[in-house]
Amino acid sequence: MAYNVKEIVAEKPSRFKAGHRMCAGCGAPPVARMVLRALKPEDNAVICTATGCMEVSTFIYPYSSWSDSFIHTAFECAGATLSGVEAAYKSLKNQGKLPDGKETKFIAFGGDGGTYDIGIQSLSGAMERGHDMVYVCYDNGAYMNTGIQRSSATPHFADTTTSPAGTKIPGKMQKRKDLTEVMASHHLPYVAQSIATANFKDLYEKSEKAIYTKGACFLNVLAPCPRGWGYPTEDLMQINKLAVETCYWPLYEVENGKYKVNYKPAKKLPIEEFLKPQRRFKHLFKPGNEWMIEEFQKEVDERWEMLLKLEEATNREE
Amino acid sequence: MSIRERLSGNEAAATAMRQINPDVVAAFPITPSTEIPQYFSTFVSNGTVDTEFVAVESEHSAMSACIGAEAAGARAMTATSANGLSLMWEMIYIASSMRLPIVMSLVNRAVSGPLNIHNDHSDAMGVRDAGWIMLFSENNQEAYDNLIMAHRIAENKDVLLPLMVCQDGFITSHSIENIELIEDEKVKEFVGKYKPEHYLLNDKEKIAMGPLDVQTYLFEHKYQQANAMRNAKKVIAEVSEEFEKMTGRKYSFFEEYKMEDAEIVIVCMNSTAGTTKYVVDSLREKGVKAGLLKVRMFRPFPAEEIAKALSKAKAVAVLDKSDSVNGVGGALYTDVTSAMYVNGVNVPMVNYIYGIGGRDTTSYDIEGVYNDLMEIVKSGKVDNPYRYFGVRREK
Repeated sequence: MAYNVKEIVAEKPSRFKAGHRMCAGCGAPPVARMVLRALKPEDNAVICTATGCMEVSTFIYPYSSWSDSFIHTAFECAGATLSGVEAAYKSLKNQGKLPDGKETKFIAFGGDGGTYDIGIQSLSGAMERGHDMVYVCYDNGAYMNTGIQRSSATPHFADTTTSPAGTKIPGKMQKRKDLTEVMASHHLPYVAQSIATANFKDLYEKSEKAIYTKGACFLNVLAPCPRGWGYPTEDLMQINKLAVETCYWPLYEVENGKYKVNYKPAKKLPIEEFLKPQRRFKHLFKPGNEWMIEEFQKEVDERWEMLLKLEEATNREE
Repeated sequence: MSIRERLSGNEAAATAMRQINPDVVAAFPITPSTEIPQYFSTFVSNGTVDTEFVAVESEHSAMSACIGAEAAGARAMTATSANGLSLMWEMIYIASSMRLPIVMSLVNRAVSGPLNIHNDHSDAMGVRDAGWIMLFSENNQEAYDNLIMAHRIAENKDVLLPLMVCQDGFITSHSIENIELIEDEKVKEFVGKYKPEHYLLNDKEKIAMGPLDVQTYLFEHKYQQANAMRNAKKVIAEVSEEFEKMTGRKYSFFEEYKMEDAEIVIVCMNSTAGTTKYVVDSLREKGVKAGLLKVRMFRPFPAEEIAKALSKAKAVAVLDKSDSVNGVGGALYTDVTSAMYVNGVNVPMVNYIYGIGGRDTTSYDIEGVYNDLMEIVKSGKVDNPYRYFGVRREK
């Protein structure tokens, strides 16, 4: 059946409810909504989040936006916490202590702080152990919950509160960690990179695949932050589009080791198109800083080329 | 009929875990508790238990996974020591605040630094305010018995708190002693089935756990936790009584050894009590009225009962196998003295920090403490209540 966003939304009411306190123009809530829409309506789910924007804005006692069972423990251990829930499920199911005929799926959400940085150990452990779960990183490229501090997901040169663009040091001087590749190196059955684009097709289909592929699966979803990135709230979808069209955030998946680039722009837009609307890159456009844009472009190009090569290499007919 | 065996403390703990047959065990190896998950993995591999064993990548994840599992509706257990417990620290508080009756076997070891793998109680003392029930064990038998009682206490509806059973690293964890085991079936019946009221995997009731709990609620939630700890006392007494009916082995909040007429008393925990009993016996032969109060239930702390038990003594020494580094004395000493003050008992008291990092505690050391107590009784004064024994230092 061909994907139809209207049908999906009509048939599958959101399991992530309205009333949460995420910011207007935040990229994360559409991600949570769409990932959960990929669940079969008859299936149960247990959701776990790392501490972060999504947790503190969606479960303020005694209110919760999550219609499925939900658990949050701490910042760095969504992977481990959910692996415990999944282990309990397996154990209780095997012992006949849970009712038959009902499936429960396990989905963790963490920001880049809880996933790329403080939580990478427990994420790596949970993925390596092969728990039947999906970990979704909503990557907004900095520690937004505590007020826009740099993370290892923060792009090169970005202005954050702990990598401020100053007169001596022009923003974050380190390159962005490629967590999707780190996860691919765990040889998981399914790893994908996605974004909430116009009709959500890419995100929905990848979520569905991740949730219904047995074993540990990982989704890395770019989720812009209007406060941290500095764009008008209404421009969220435009920023997402530019991230893909410039190949800053390629849409791809790695299924049992085989790479597939899901979208190849007919004409790759120059990186300025993505950088320009964002306040965090404002200093890149000052006279004399052209080298920063050049370097940024070079990095994007290199990563894109490498991705195409990986796709080619892993799909080669012997 | 009970089963006579010879087991190390770690083997005893693992045996209790096999008989309890928890749904999930998540653990990470650390000396001297490593053997517990090792033995347990063998039970899992050979199908002697129904447990899902989660071989986590750290102790932080071990406790996180236990929290996830217990919240999901499973019985979860773990084992650790020293730095392992330190790494869990954040999750230790979260486990108790989520009111999850997780049971841990803590094999006490010195917390770094510098690195030391031997016994003291600095690990346990680091979490004494974390909201866990803490039971201490003199030997393999007590470590085993306390574990068999653990779930009944922790899972009680008036309690719902995690519980740790402590024993001394190497001293009891690695020495093989005689032990009386309870038959598997009897343990199964005694421990009973776990029936949580609210849990994540309940198909009929969706729940959310671990909220952002702001100024308007956290205080009340913490108050409920404190009440649960107060409730635990009664439940521990009831479960211990039931346990005595099954095994004939009596467990109270603390053990009073030759205390009826004791004038000089040592208060301590875990294996040192064994050495102290030996010294008490030899002093009694010489006509010295020595006694021992061995604390089993450290959290909740039986303040009133301890004060009463010590009220007739002429001098008391509290032995702390961990220094609080506060300039005044160890944690057990502070608790005991405060219990006595509040209950209007005024007995000369002295504190000894001892056995740090596995330093041997000999019968001569204990005798020395009793000699000091005799001096205190004679002179009627305590020069310096914050003392050490067994440490080399400049005179």
